[in-house]
Amino acid sequence: MDNATLLDVKDLEVIYTGDGGRVQAVNKIAFELKEKETLGLVGETGAGKTTTALAIMGLLPERNSRVLGGQIFFQDGDLLKKNKNEMRLIRGALISMIFQDPMTALNPVKTVGDQVLESLKIHFAGEMTPAQMNERVDELFTLVGISPNRKKDYPHQFSGGMKQRVVIAIALACEPLLMIADEPTTALDVTIQAQVLALMEELKQKLNMSMIMITHDLGIVAEVCDRVAIMYAGELVESGSAKDFFEGKLHHPYTVGLLGALPSLTNHARRLSPISGLMPDPTQLPAGCKFHPRCPHSMPICEQEAPYIYKSGGHQIACHLMRDQEGGN
Amino acid sequence: MEKIIETKGLNKYFKVSGGRWLHAVDGIDLSIPLGHTLGVVGESGCGKSTLGRLIASLLEPTAGEILFKGQSMLGQGSKSQKEYRRNVQMIFQDPYSSLDPRMSTFELIAEPLRRYKVHQSKADLVNIVVDLMRTVGLDLRFINSYPHEMDGGRRQRIGVARALALNPEFVVCDEPVSALDVSIQAQILNLLMDLQEERNLSYMFITHDLSVVKHISNEIMVMYLGQCVERTETQKLFAEPLHPYTQGLLAAIPLPELRENKKRVLLRGEVTDPIDPQPGCRFYKRCEHARPQCIAGPVAMTEARPGHFVACVLYQNDDSGGRNEESHA
Repeated sequence: MDNATLLDVKDLEVIYTGDGGRVQAVNKIAFELKEKETLGLVGETGAGKTTTALAIMGLLPERNSRVLGGQIFFQDGDLLKKNKNEMRLIRGALISMIFQDPMTALNPVKTVGDQVLESLKIHFAGEMTPAQMNERVDELFTLVGISPNRKKDYPHQFSGGMKQRVVIAIALACEPLLMIADEPTTALDVTIQAQVLALMEELKQKLNMSMIMITHDLGIVAEVCDRVAIMYAGELVESGSAKDFFEGKLHHPYTVGLLGALPSLTNHARRLSPISGLMPDPTQLPAGCKFHPRCPHSMPICEQEAPYIYKSGGHQIACHLMRDQEGGN
Repeated sequence: MEKIIETKGLNKYFKVSGGRWLHAVDGIDLSIPLGHTLGVVGESGCGKSTLGRLIASLLEPTAGEILFKGQSMLGQGSKSQKEYRRNVQMIFQDPYSSLDPRMSTFELIAEPLRRYKVHQSKADLVNIVVDLMRTVGLDLRFINSYPHEMDGGRRQRIGVARALALNPEFVVCDEPVSALDVSIQAQILNLLMDLQEERNLSYMFITHDLSVVKHISNEIMVMYLGQCVERTETQKLFAEPLHPYTQGLLAAIPLPELRENKKRVLLRGEVTDPIDPQPGCRFYKRCEHARPQCIAGPVAMTEARPGHFVACVLYQNDDSGGRNEESHA
């Protein structure tokens, strides 16, 4: 599976400024996404997953956020160097995004058909006739499993799962190369989640898309992702193939903690082993490794120096413990 | 074994537009032995929260009765009602909206104590609050903090402290961890289980997360559109789910491990509203085993296996216990 690289994020750094001080939301993260691949971006609240996605989309709030550095290569250019108009042409057409909460992502006073039509009008104004566009809307509704004769309905007439299908139809309208899904099923029930995930997987195959799946649910990662990147306090602590992640022996202590904190359906442990402590205050991140105050293996070096980067094949772990492992550089 | 809570034919109907009735909880019989945890599982709209509120006496049932240690609670005087409310407490889902933002930690935990005049003096009150904070693992430096100054995990610890303040014997936990991150979720689950052991508490644990419910419950009840469709010991339910809905629910959970064959059996359709429901099985329309007798009349709970109750025609009037009919996914 050696496909060409579609997206290459290099040393991306994003901060938020505000009353509470300066928040280092994303701190020099780097990852690649190949064509037709699904990358799972995993982390808890405040890890910087959504900020990363918004930076790729060029949708960071201008008022209180700033990209301090880095590049986001997509196709032949750096997305961070594009101006507003150029980004507008890319957004929706080449890269699109599915938001977490379908209840708030849709406009309540427009019919769902009009909302799907909207992105076609923006991107294909000269190329498609209105009749062709309408045909395309019908096609999209069929694709996501909604009867086209419901396109005159308003969002409140749909259930949560159906609304998320509408959101997916909007995201797919222009057949993007990359779809970013930000917790697309968190607001849905588990049987509906299974339906939506199956639909996304099917459409991804059919349309040859790549996908970034933002989630905190490791079950979803196992289900749909080829590669996994774990974020903690704005940094990537571990990345690798799904096999490295679920079956590999070496892990970052935070990853070990995440896996240990999950109640399991398959084996029975009376007590869970939670990660002690809490997420650090984003305005006062600890020095050295950001995870060291919660880490059971913390050493003096962890409090001062940025973590050692262990690399083996595609598997990467940012941790001083990995210094002695073979395959490092 | 002594039962702490029992319900008999418990109903709660809500009036909706057009003079129709929504059967939120419809004929629920349950019994919870002292010191045990009953897990109540189902998707949104299945009536599990309404059931919890009925038992916590935050709602009046339309019909049926609730027994506390064998005594009926309905039609009792206000004094024994007050005593019941003291003994049966509730932990709510969302630690963001269930705490008054204008009350400090101290005020929040002291509120139930003041209401029931448990303390002898102001100093006594402070002592009890401090004890409770220690019990739930809340650092004393937060005693004067307000909810917005604390993260979700700490807020939920306040919720637990409030519920425990009056030394209840029974606690209804309504999705107490679903708003929390995985690592914090594990901390709160461990806390609830430790408290149960120390104080011989009995729980009703309402959740949509089957791995959480498996971890914490002795017995599980699966609800669908206001009715109980299956009830048995936790191990039995996961070893052999009998009702087609339970089977679909279990199959829909994404597991955090890699599997060769990712194809899953998906439940068709979605949950509807139980507004003026027809007699018979409410899962009928989504069920792959649907047949005319499903909607011919009410489907009663039967003991299909020893201690394993299910409401499904596949297991009725059939000495083989429906073994021939099963086609497990």
